[in-house]
Amino acid sequence: MAKEEKAVKSETEQAHAYTPGLKVKRATVVRKTRRLPLLGKVFVKEGDTVTHDQVVARTEISGDPEIVKISMILGLEPEDTAAFLTKKVGDKVEEGERIAFYKALFGLIKKEVVSPISGTFESFSEITGQAIIRGAPIPVDVDAYIPGKVVEVLPREGAVIETNAAFIQGIFGIGGETHGEIHVAVESNEDVLDADAITPDHKGKVVIGGSLVTLDALHKAVEVGVSAVVCGGIRHYDLTSFTGEEIGVAITGQEEVGLTLIITEGFGRMNMSARTFNLLKDFEGYLSSVNGATQIRAGVLRPEIIIPHDIPPEDAGEELSQGMVPGTPVRIIRQPYFGAIGKVHSLPVELQQLESESMVRVVNVELDNGEVVTVPRANVEIIEE
Amino acid sequence: MVKLSKPLEEMQYILATDVGSTTTKARFFHKVNGEWRFKVAGEAPTTVEAPYEDVTLGVQNAVREVEELTGHKLLAPEGGLIIPYDGEKGVDLYCTTSSAGGGLQMMVAGLIKSMTAESANRAALGAGAIVMDVIARDDGRPVYKKIQRIRTLRPDMILLAGGTDGGASQHVMEIAEMIKAAEPKPRLGVSYELPIVYAGNKDLRDQIRELLKEGFALEIVDNIRPVLEVENTEPARRAVHELFMEHVMSHAPGYTKLMKWTDVDIMPTPAGEGMAMQLIADTYKMNVLGVGLGGATTNVYSVVDGRFVRSVSANLGMSYSVTNVMKEAGIDNIMRWIPFNLDKEEVASRLMNKMIRPTTIPQTLEDLIVEHSVAREALRLGLKHHRTIATRLKGVQLERTISDMFEQAVEDSYVKMMNIDICAGTGGLLSHAPRRIQSMLILTDAWQTEGITRMMQDSVFMMPHLGVLSTVYRDAAWSIFDKDCLVRLGTCVAASGLTKPGDHVMDLTIEMPNGDKVEKTLNLGDLELVPLAPGKEATVHVSPASHYDVGAGPGKELTATVIGGVAGLLLDARGRPLYLPEEESKRKELLLEWFKAVHLYPEEILEAMV
Repeated sequence: MAKEEKAVKSETEQAHAYTPGLKVKRATVVRKTRRLPLLGKVFVKEGDTVTHDQVVARTEISGDPEIVKISMILGLEPEDTAAFLTKKVGDKVEEGERIAFYKALFGLIKKEVVSPISGTFESFSEITGQAIIRGAPIPVDVDAYIPGKVVEVLPREGAVIETNAAFIQGIFGIGGETHGEIHVAVESNEDVLDADAITPDHKGKVVIGGSLVTLDALHKAVEVGVSAVVCGGIRHYDLTSFTGEEIGVAITGQEEVGLTLIITEGFGRMNMSARTFNLLKDFEGYLSSVNGATQIRAGVLRPEIIIPHDIPPEDAGEELSQGMVPGTPVRIIRQPYFGAIGKVHSLPVELQQLESESMVRVVNVELDNGEVVTVPRANVEIIEE
Repeated sequence: MVKLSKPLEEMQYILATDVGSTTTKARFFHKVNGEWRFKVAGEAPTTVEAPYEDVTLGVQNAVREVEELTGHKLLAPEGGLIIPYDGEKGVDLYCTTSSAGGGLQMMVAGLIKSMTAESANRAALGAGAIVMDVIARDDGRPVYKKIQRIRTLRPDMILLAGGTDGGASQHVMEIAEMIKAAEPKPRLGVSYELPIVYAGNKDLRDQIRELLKEGFALEIVDNIRPVLEVENTEPARRAVHELFMEHVMSHAPGYTKLMKWTDVDIMPTPAGEGMAMQLIADTYKMNVLGVGLGGATTNVYSVVDGRFVRSVSANLGMSYSVTNVMKEAGIDNIMRWIPFNLDKEEVASRLMNKMIRPTTIPQTLEDLIVEHSVAREALRLGLKHHRTIATRLKGVQLERTISDMFEQAVEDSYVKMMNIDICAGTGGLLSHAPRRIQSMLILTDAWQTEGITRMMQDSVFMMPHLGVLSTVYRDAAWSIFDKDCLVRLGTCVAASGLTKPGDHVMDLTIEMPNGDKVEKTLNLGDLELVPLAPGKEATVHVSPASHYDVGAGPGKELTATVIGGVAGLLLDARGRPLYLPEEESKRKELLLEWFKAVHLYPEEILEAMV
């Protein structure tokens, strides 16, 4: 009995897809934790309704320091310099204001040191003869990012905002948080989004393409002021040209390229999944919150499109995938069937040899055209319904 | 800190884990008939991130798999492990390494880039850290840029060196003041003080203590360069390790609990791997060049004449960082290892797709060959980087001979392939290679071994486990290492030198274990594989042509005993540097010849692709 249980358990465990499916949900509850980088002040309270651009918390990071080599400028030994300082530690100073003055030979030799910035005289070292002038504190704001309700306040750190929304994850993106109305600029999920499809009307909008976005289209989108572009695929060369450098490691979100770009399927020409495309089409004209930030190593972060609405959630929220069973819809994510969609036909327990001669666990997938193909379990992702 | 539940000789079961960034790997060891052996492995996803945020859950899941596979109860109902083994359940020793949450990330600073800063860098790397930046007075950046950089980094720890004892003081203090002015914040939360290790001029200790008394957890250790001729990294390395446990680990999710479970201090994974490489060098009394080729990073280790150095190329790897290999090596350098036609843009897109879906594996032979090509480049770049770390001490007066005057410069790195006796590799791509000869040739091509080199690799990933175990129980660690971990791939005999294609390179007479004599003549571009089983020895007599060297000097004969392995004896006359024709068609033809000569891939499928 115990043995049987063990066998069942391990079979279930083996049936998990290794790559978690990307979420494509029509109506779900989205929660966003908005946190300051350092402790600060929170401006909202639980139950408040916030807009996407409302500041929910603020902090100040200490100003940039400027090191002034006072002893060197005055031509004195560090230990002899303190007597010639005209400011003491803690004093406010203005840019250009005198902070040290040296007079010798009955006033024939005069040397002075002025502050290069406005700020505070923070310290002086008698070992190095250096002073540190600290610039004014720099405020850091965190906005709500999504419109919704404050469901939790993190004292001195931020708040958790909640809304009902459609939620779509992409596979890769560049550029940070932005907002805009959804506008579908192509007829079908198989169409290429080229420059002709981008018009001045798209200013401030989130433009949806089909299988591929061209380099010209991206340049045009920046020119007209598009907030974000969402598409199935992009050519590696075009992405490199657009960003100005090859992406080495998938830690993105900080690029300043004039817009946010989200790829939903992968590199090369790849039809956007029909489900994703149709969902975006259904919400045309809705305001969305979009973030291209992607981090694939430890603590996977995928780019996202959040479209807040009033539709009640269809599920309990963010439950984890239950793993593959016959009938589970899957997408194949590597050659030779990259991009093919089908459903799990069977899950053989024994290891099988691939063309590459690797011995791995496989899954038999029945493709949409009825053909059954065998692929490594690691090479499929579950399409979350 | 080591707390043992019973004397080493009475122990019967040992458990070791490695909490990796994605997977937690448990390895269970058992003493059978007086001999320590690997028993079984269990693995589970690491649970350092939300929603779990407690690494011990992943450890328990991995250990539970070991329990299920063996029926041996290990987990205590109240959490942790049952220690010691009571004749029925439990283990006698539990230890672990960890790289979850990005491992140990450090910033180092010194006075002169090529002297104290370089020594500090080596010490941090040796302690298993990823070095985020090296700050020095002469690093070419203006002070305000350095301050900006320090402010944006969020290191786990800072190592500050500078000045010999009694030497430079004012400039060292300037660096310290700059660090203080920048107010760096620790990565794991704002609620604790950033650890900083001072290993510089001992005369400045009081001033440093005064300057950094607020906002930092300061630890002062012996100078890393007490005099220019000596590099003393051990005290700094030890302090880094202690602060890692005390400050960094204790702020990572679940580690406080995990620290209570272990009998030995938790060690960063690369430090464990480094211990394992040292174990090989120490046991064979040979020079070792080793590599951990991972998904995100490549760690290269060298032990040359007893000196251990580790380098980490944080963004060279086979999955998460695969496109960075392409970026750094250039797509053309990856393409040069592919013997069939494939569009560059297609290869680039495939690699980008591997990066964004890093857990996928090659199904087609074509895809496998592309990955193997990337691996060669990652290893090549990893060694190139390593050589910038494994250098002679700079700032030391060198005695020059007449011959030096004819050379452009004295070479900086002492890692020369002719002096390397053993190459050892670990990491998913190498251990999952469908044919062992693939790992052997990938290592040979990437590093261009010279002379006679033994080649080894990890069987199932357990070098870090055995590394940490070796710190308390060397004999057990080596017994498992020798019998269950180290796969002997074979030995490579490679001639150094390069002349014209088709020129004579070397003649070999191989006395096989059964007494047979095998004669070989190799010309430039030839590659051959002679079967020689693991554990078997053969005597090789090599007679190189006048421009070629196999270890005894150009044109000089050499007789050596070589050890067999699962791949065999690889005879390499492809030139050093390796001869690869510029012309694409000729290069592909030659690659194909080599691949076929050593049965690298299934031939029929390979032929069909060309």
